[in-house]
Amino acid sequence: MNAKPYWFKNKRFIIQSCTILYLFFSSQVCIAAGEKITYPKLDWSFSGITGTFDRASQQRGLQVYKEVCAGCHGMRLLAYRNLKAIGYNDNEIKAFASENSVNTLNDDGEVIEREARPSDKFVSPYPNEQAARVANGGAYPPDLSLIVKARSDGANYLHALLTGYVDAPAEQKVPDGMYYNKYYSGKLIGMPQPLYEDGVEYADGTKATPDQMARDVTTFLAWASEPEMEDRKRLGISVILFLLVLTVLSYLAMKQIWAPIKNR
Amino acid sequence: MSKAKFKNPVVKWIDHRLPIFSFMDHELNHYPTPKNLNYFWNFGSLAGIALVTMIITGIVLSMNYTAHVDYAFDSVERIMRDVNHGWLIRYIHMNGASFFFIVVYIHIFRGLYYGSYKAPRELLWILGVLILLLMMATAFMGYVLPWGQMSFWGATVITNLFSAIPLVGESIVTWLWGGFSVDNSTLNRFFSLHFVLPFVIVGVVILHLVALHRFGSNNPIGIDVKGTQDTLPFNPYYTIKDLFGLGVFLTIFAAAVFFFPNFMGHPDNYIEANPMVTPAHIVPEWYFLPFYAILRAIPDKLGGVLFMFGSIAVLFVIPWLDRSSVRSSQFRPIFKIFFWILLADCVLLGYLGAMPAEGIYVILSRIATAYYFFHFLILFPLLPYIEKTKPLPISISEPVLSGSSPASAFAFREKK
Repeated sequence: MNAKPYWFKNKRFIIQSCTILYLFFSSQVCIAAGEKITYPKLDWSFSGITGTFDRASQQRGLQVYKEVCAGCHGMRLLAYRNLKAIGYNDNEIKAFASENSVNTLNDDGEVIEREARPSDKFVSPYPNEQAARVANGGAYPPDLSLIVKARSDGANYLHALLTGYVDAPAEQKVPDGMYYNKYYSGKLIGMPQPLYEDGVEYADGTKATPDQMARDVTTFLAWASEPEMEDRKRLGISVILFLLVLTVLSYLAMKQIWAPIKNR
Repeated sequence: MSKAKFKNPVVKWIDHRLPIFSFMDHELNHYPTPKNLNYFWNFGSLAGIALVTMIITGIVLSMNYTAHVDYAFDSVERIMRDVNHGWLIRYIHMNGASFFFIVVYIHIFRGLYYGSYKAPRELLWILGVLILLLMMATAFMGYVLPWGQMSFWGATVITNLFSAIPLVGESIVTWLWGGFSVDNSTLNRFFSLHFVLPFVIVGVVILHLVALHRFGSNNPIGIDVKGTQDTLPFNPYYTIKDLFGLGVFLTIFAAAVFFFPNFMGHPDNYIEANPMVTPAHIVPEWYFLPFYAILRAIPDKLGGVLFMFGSIAVLFVIPWLDRSSVRSSQFRPIFKIFFWILLADCVLLGYLGAMPAEGIYVILSRIATAYYFFHFLILFPLLPYIEKTKPLPISISEPVLSGSSPASAFAFREKK
């Protein structure tokens, strides 16, 4: 009776526990998805445990952000210097930053404007929330620094939202200053359709369809939300490999140490 | 126990005056541990390691965190973006909280299944429940610190519960907040308490260990150790087993930290707190969901609060509610079935806690809450009168009805 290790007899116990934990967490996922609006699940370059950001797509996404979104949406947590991570060099970043201006004090204590530097954070389009609301008919265009992390299944949601502008069904009244979007919770959104065919002209010759632009800007914004993602996954793979070796070695050591007790 | 002999003269000199080496030798090396412990006994040491991990990462985070409503959210994002490996420290801390609760909940259900709360381990159990309570307070206040939408609204909902107390409720809430709403003074005191409570937990953990080492671990068959033939020295047998368990735990933990760091969090907490905008659903962290379901199951606010705290309070007295002298579920066929029902009930409560409080969910919450209290308050005291327990083995090394002679067991007595 004692030949088998004790826990073996409890295999059922372990399986049951695992099943229950699994059911519990999978139910959590359903809740997180929530709201019953389903949107297409795309194959993103950065999904999966080895996924990295598609550099070309990120750079096109920055262009979409700059030419389409930046009119209303800020990215206050991002600094211009961060753009190095998506493949720009110091001069390009300097030039990109200098298109904006920030307030500073001169030697006499007067507020003056100066060109933004790479060390500055992205300059927001409005000085404050109040000004943003006034300019947008009462709606506040949210800051996009964390937008992909701040929505459940953020990348798919964002792509769907950006391409979700369709004609409203006949029974749906669309008030002035509101727009119909089939993926938005409540269907009525304050943001007008931002992406149109050839809305931007890509330097690399990629055709600027709304779908393509939505994918590109989502890739860029996913990076802005999680700039550490590539480092994180790379480090994660080494850490897990190390831990697996440690675990196997400690298992073998345990077997050896316990052998005289188990095999009497 | 044999007197420890140390060769190193410095160790010898110190140990003669301050016997810490003898103490460690006694409690960590020779400490006699039942030989039949299964893997569910790994979770105590894992909980200890999780606590230490939380304290170390927490101290590092506090060096970079700013406890002010205008800066808290941005200071966390600065940790994520600009502090070297700050994202790693924060994700370990954030996911560490969830894993700490997973480990502790398994540890608690282990205790329930094998009757580890019974005499003479009542105080050991009570100290454990106290640790759970302190953990919950600490985790709740920690979740407020990043000052996201869920931080703010979670804090608002939970602190408002105290307003249900008759007469003094409102004053207590104002006192907790340090003002008339969840605001900067609330954030400041929560940071202060979130920093200090873990060290209180360490203190109670030490008492928990002292109480544990008084009679030693319980074991899967739940009968007392009869002599050295039933035990093994902690080192190397359980040090290596704990190390293996730690390896498995860390591998799963690392998978969460590096590949799914936000899986157990709520996306709304990446939106900065805004007292003007209430989220569609205010949901606490997953480890509070069963208690949240109990709170909402009761139609009366004060009643809900009482039942919610009652669900933990009842744990303090279960050593006296369970009248059976048999510890392990292995020999209690009916108790064993009800154990699984209780576990399923708690998981169901967790699920219901995440659902909106309407329709069928409310009815199910009430049934599940009723079962929770029925289990401890009625089933525990009454079951021994109905249940016919299976015959207990004579000793750990001599299972019941087995043909092995007692002499063979003695062959493995620890050599002195």
